[in-house]
Amino acid sequence: MDKLLKLLSENSKLTTGEIAVMLNEPEEYIIKQIKEYEKQGVITGYRAVVNWGKVTDAPATALIELKVTPKRDTGFDEIANKLMSFDEVDTVRLMAGAFDFLVTVKAKTITEIAMFVANKLSTLDSVVSTGTYFMLKTYKDSGVSFDNDESEDDKRSLVL
Amino acid sequence: MIDYDNLLNKTVQEIKPSGIRKFFDIASEMEHVISLSIGEPDFKTPWHVRKAGIENLERGNIRYTPNKGLSALRVEICKYFARRFDTIYSDKDETIVTVGGSEAIDLCMRTLINEGDEVLIPQPSFVCYEPLCEMADGVPVIIETKVENDFRITPEELEAHITPKSKILVLPFPNNPTGGIIRRDDLESLAKVIIKHDLFVISDEIYAELTYGDDRHVSIVEIDGMRERTVVVSGFSKSYSMTGWRLGYALGPKPVISAMTKLHQFAIMSAPTTAQYAAIEALRNGDGDIEHMREEYDMRRRFVVDRFRKMGLDCFEPNGAFYVFPCIKSTGLSSEEFCLQLIKSKSVAVVPGNAFGECGEGYIRVSYSFSIQHIDEALNRIEEFLQEK
Repeated sequence: MDKLLKLLSENSKLTTGEIAVMLNEPEEYIIKQIKEYEKQGVITGYRAVVNWGKVTDAPATALIELKVTPKRDTGFDEIANKLMSFDEVDTVRLMAGAFDFLVTVKAKTITEIAMFVANKLSTLDSVVSTGTYFMLKTYKDSGVSFDNDESEDDKRSLVL
Repeated sequence: MIDYDNLLNKTVQEIKPSGIRKFFDIASEMEHVISLSIGEPDFKTPWHVRKAGIENLERGNIRYTPNKGLSALRVEICKYFARRFDTIYSDKDETIVTVGGSEAIDLCMRTLINEGDEVLIPQPSFVCYEPLCEMADGVPVIIETKVENDFRITPEELEAHITPKSKILVLPFPNNPTGGIIRRDDLESLAKVIIKHDLFVISDEIYAELTYGDDRHVSIVEIDGMRERTVVVSGFSKSYSMTGWRLGYALGPKPVISAMTKLHQFAIMSAPTTAQYAAIEALRNGDGDIEHMREEYDMRRRFVVDRFRKMGLDCFEPNGAFYVFPCIKSTGLSSEEFCLQLIKSKSVAVVPGNAFGECGEGYIRVSYSFSIQHIDEALNRIEEFLQEK
């Protein structure tokens, strides 16, 4: 994997100067490369990895698997576009396997998500069936382990 | 009442406690200390290696192994040495698996030293050579390495410390704490002096896999005439992040390894069995893991050196191990004062350079076996500390 992308995907707060030092490249090159990635849409944004479990009024999250009938000319893309247009929908992924789309939905409450699936998703033309899985707890997200019950404390002893 | 002072061996009583240890004790009494002091990788042992350990536990492979270690492991160690350092060792007579590299160093000292023999020890270096030499009735002779020589020992420095009693030279490269490495041409010129004075070498190459830049570590046994007068000590702790498994090894001429095995047999019997099975897997399929960890360390290394230099401290460019060794003389503080004030005012723990020998005075050892975020936070605090000086 591209080392610059790997570093940024782990910690987007690193400055271009710091990245330049770490990768042993001139800072101008790093700046140019990042701009290029942004222009190409390789890098689409920068944001914090939030442990929502620690936030009191955090939204409810569910993963919805969808089986759909692809459209004759546009295949899955047209349905994907429709799914993407809902504010409640956080991510949309086309999958290989027993179902077609895996959709992450966020709303204030579990009930709201249930109503959204019942009223908005399952009523779409092409949707054959849905399966909803409510998320209870996140242990690791985007490569970051969260400080849950089993903490990732430094257990190294001071030996010599 | 027992007079314990009378009971305890005189030499062990006279051995100074480790200077690292002393500082750790202060740190451990404080809360919320952010540490850059630990000399242990922060990576977990690669999963496939841990899995090999688990599988062998499940199969009930829990007996003693042969004294020298599992035959399959010794074969893999010799294969590794052949592919990496182009030097052939016999897995039957010239290889012994030990409880970490430290045991191998201890065995080596006790096997080779007669009372009064002088052991040449370059410093700054890891803290175990001097006490282990003394416990074997040897006399440590310290060679101070210098930053202007990139913390290598020069043939002239070696020559200057040789007496008729000189017997052993310890070669601690890649070096903890300086991060200094030694190159082929250095080794070639040292070898001339070593052979001329009929010295024997204990080469501690535990950090062999952790060098940065184009030059990979060269073992002294690759140099003509050195294989017959060297014991190479290495292990799995640093390269495969396997510290707690306690596994190291020594390679050397048959008579020396046989004598070491005799001691090892009586004191230890055999190194941990589960660890030995895991180590076979590490040697067979772990080259990629080493590379991954090495790349990570290298990025952190650049990051830390750059930050110290920007803070205005002279910082030697380390090309091995996972430590940087910045000079703090410009602060007017001694190494110990610096570290004590730093931990008290900013709760950051680093190790005073003089813990690794008197010539480490004026330096601090900073480990980068931590995540970048952790390192960044600690360095921010060190920067504040320096600005307040």
